Amino acid sequence: MTRAALLNRLRWHSRRGLLELDLVLERFWLRHGETMSLDQAAALEQVLELEESDLWDVISGRRNIDLPSLQPMIELLREV
Amino acid sequence: MNQITIRKFDAIIVGAGGAGLRAAIQLSESGLKTAVISKVFPTRSHTVAAQGGVAASLGNSEEDSWQWHMYDTVKGSDWLGDQDAIEFMCRKANEVVVELEHYGMPFDRLDNGKIYQRPFGGHMSNFGEKPVRRACAAADRTGHAMLHAMYQRNVKANTQFFVEWMALDMIRAADGQVLGVTAMEMETGEVVMFQAKATLFATGGAGRIYYSSTNAFINTGDGLGMAARAGIPLEDMEFWQFHPTGVAGAGVLITEGVRGEGGILRNSTGERFMERYAPNAKDLASRDVVSRAMATEIKEGRGCGPNKDYLLLDLTHLDPKTIMQRLPGIRDISIQFAGSDPIKEPIPVVPTAHYMMGGIPTNYHGQVVVSQDGRHDVVVPGFYAAGECACASVHGANRLGTNSLLDLLVFGKSAGEAMVLDIKAMPAAHRELAQDAFDQTRARLARLESQKNGANVHETGLAMRRVMQDHCGVFRFPDMLSQGVAKILEVEAQVRITEVKDKSQVFNTARLEALELDNLIEVAKATMVSAEARRESRGAQAREDYPGRDDVNWLKHTLWHREGSRLEYKPVQMKPLSVDSIELKTRVY
Ligand SMILES: Cc1cc2nc3c(=O)[nH]c(=O)nc-3n(C[C@H](O)[C@H](O)[C@H](O)COP(=O)(O)OP(=O)(O)OC[C@H]3O[C@@H](n4cnc5c(N)ncnc54)[C@H](O)[C@@H]3O)c2cc1C
Repeated sequence: MTRAALLNRLRWHSRRGLLELDLVLERFWLRHGETMSLDQAAALEQVLELEESDLWDVISGRRNIDLPSLQPMIELLREV
Repeated sequence: MNQITIRKFDAIIVGAGGAGLRAAIQLSESGLKTAVISKVFPTRSHTVAAQGGVAASLGNSEEDSWQWHMYDTVKGSDWLGDQDAIEFMCRKANEVVVELEHYGMPFDRLDNGKIYQRPFGGHMSNFGEKPVRRACAAADRTGHAMLHAMYQRNVKANTQFFVEWMALDMIRAADGQVLGVTAMEMETGEVVMFQAKATLFATGGAGRIYYSSTNAFINTGDGLGMAARAGIPLEDMEFWQFHPTGVAGAGVLITEGVRGEGGILRNSTGERFMERYAPNAKDLASRDVVSRAMATEIKEGRGCGPNKDYLLLDLTHLDPKTIMQRLPGIRDISIQFAGSDPIKEPIPVVPTAHYMMGGIPTNYHGQVVVSQDGRHDVVVPGFYAAGECACASVHGANRLGTNSLLDLLVFGKSAGEAMVLDIKAMPAAHRELAQDAFDQTRARLARLESQKNGANVHETGLAMRRVMQDHCGVFRFPDMLSQGVAKILEVEAQVRITEVKDKSQVFNTARLEALELDNLIEVAKATMVSAEARRESRGAQAREDYPGRDDVNWLKHTLWHREGSRLEYKPVQMKPLSVDSIELKTRVY
């Protein structure tokens, strides 16, 4: 899969069942979409696997996940 | 284009939210070959957002009855709901909720093990006397738990899921029978025909026609767009429920609980304006009353901000401890989406589009019905609809909270049952598809592929949302509505020439969004034209020039036809199935 195709797939996976998540992820793509590295894309892919409510808890800082490799991506999502 | 693949099933369901999953259980468990197509993974459907609960008169905490629930629903609908369908839904509520429990839904429980129930706006005991505990919930994850329980049940029953597939158009024979849909696999861009003996639409709402909406981005009214393009009318599209407090500019819902804790709405002069509109209930008046008051304040120039287009929900007088302890989620939302900490400054809010009462017209078996030769219940063979995309019509002009999760369980099930019966009565072999079955989809995709100097999808979508918000919002003004009709047709002209620069095949989200916009615009037109024509105020339709309900002229359902934006009307079913009709009355709470 090309980089463009991979990012397009992640863009679609950023379409969520909760408006809160759609809005955060929309801002995230505006800010980081152009410059995202493949490592970052891989981390984002894993984060997007989370269930809706869990993902919102993580982004709003009410919950953490124990995977150090995902921490930088979670920080980016929390900052946007 | 090469030869188009045809995949054949007994039944096809478009949509894997609550309604689609419930119907699929019925079909797969009776041994029929059933496919469910969904744009997103089933448990990411918008049903996941529902927190409040599902209504059923179980009477676990206090006396309750389906007759009382029925009365509340008819009254809530401002008498526009069909009383046969409402009786059907309220009588079936206990059965479908208990079934869901057996599917593994982790409902909150009482000490005695029975399902815990809480009160919710508009649900009363003894024909409107006092609030009753009727809502069943699973903590604040009711919708989430519901989707999980039903998805697992479907996996067991061998329902075949096509996830990340987007249905594009209906396939209809010359004689009107519905034979399936065309759909695109996002991962490859391949388009195939899904053929079935029975096709159910369960595609959810279309809140994204408005600039300010509580709905997630996937709610683009695809089922309604497909149906309208195939010549099926849309019913009662002027009726949209607006929630008073969505965060301005973002839409995210701020629950009524905030005003319950003492939050106050203020205008640009700092005035607590609800005192003028509802001297007793003030900020806690019912949703439509508060939304209308807010719209009036904005229209009369007392909105806040540079564009004077929002109001303030003020919590700054509350003890910060109350906010931190009782409303932590709300503080998160406000900081995240309004950039303001409600402990220090008020939250900017606007009435926000929340729920679509109208939809694809059906009877209470989920069969799609149209008008023909003076009859209004003529079944479209092979076509069914359930959930928010359908109009049965149980919500009429205004939906009660927790009644839509009930709607999708009851009518998901009844549609599934009707499909099983109809399929078993059909010949074993599928009909031959006509030569032109794929033409509509082929033409749409070819147009997008070759469009030059076209309109930008994002900008066109934004223009549509702006027109809908400004001209067809909570409170409707005659001049704004007639200008709105002209403006939405201008936007439509742009939608017809949208251009997508990305021509790739794999998850081409730009193309998907252009295809979604084709559906949104149909919903937007139907809403605007139906609202302009209905010269009364009833439930969610509030007109400045016709402030009262007019049962002599307008106790009827609107049917909007895409062709020429033509309107026709059909009577409201005032006769329930087994009990006496609930007579017309003024709706006061
Ligand atoms: C914030 C919020 C809170 C709410 N809370 C409550 C509540 O507490 N109680 C209550 O009763 N109601 C509530 N509602 C309303 C209720 O949640 C919805 O009306 C209901 O969940 C709709 O369910 P559905 O099955 O019709 O559609 P959805 O759950 O929206 O599912 C639609 C499905 O269709 C699929 N789909 C759509 N288009 C296509 C296409 N072209 N091709 C393939 N698949 C497609 C989607 O992928 C999805 O699977 C709430 C609504 C909101 C916005």
